Amino acid sequence: MKILYFAWLRERLGVAEEEIMPPPGVATVRDLIAHMAARSPAHAEAFAAGKGVRCAVNLDFATPDDPVRPGDEVAFFPPVTGG
Amino acid sequence: MLRVLVQEAPFDVAAEMARLTASRDDIGALASFTGICRADDGLAAMVLEHYPAMTERALTRIAEDAMRRWPLTGCTVIHRVGRLTPGEPIVLVLAASAHRAAALEACAFLMDWLKTKAPFWKREEPREGAPRWVEARAEDDAAAARW
Repeated sequence: MKILYFAWLRERLGVAEEEIMPPPGVATVRDLIAHMAARSPAHAEAFAAGKGVRCAVNLDFATPDDPVRPGDEVAFFPPVTGG
Repeated sequence: MLRVLVQEAPFDVAAEMARLTASRDDIGALASFTGICRADDGLAAMVLEHYPAMTERALTRIAEDAMRRWPLTGCTVIHRVGRLTPGEPIVLVLAASAHRAAALEACAFLMDWLKTKAPFWKREEPREGAPRWVEARAEDDAAAARW
């Protein structure tokens, strides 16, 4: 699974993307966030509740209940601020 | 006609307006909005980051939605990315229709939705001190929710 980071998440974690192999129990965006938070103290801080991290799965905005599968491209980012 | 562009270069508003109305005689209204980089609180520059693979797709969805909701003959969305200085245009939205209500409403809708439903992030570079990421505003969410 390809994970991408944008804006302050990318800066805070020091990487723009990483390749991960989530365990079989990771079925939703919510599961994936819990899994990602356990990767390092920096991840734990970035994915902490209240940071408002948003997600897109395969180029579509996703909610915590949306499914994730091996091979998906999953992006994490702060709330968008375009326009 | 639907035209969506994500680019670093500036855009030509007059040329874009002409493109939307060229060789048609059924357009009675062409609404236009240009967003410009403001020099708030000693801002030196604004850097717009985006999610290249997703951005055009998200903007196209929003434009298609506008075409379904209003009787438009066409609409244009051009969003710049990269480093912009105060006074430079950031975003252009055009909506063309037979009558003004549809064109004006569609133009407002396009702006409200692209602020909240397209993957762009603004970073402000002050003349002094560290850069800071712009935080999303609740008013923008409220404006998007009215449609």
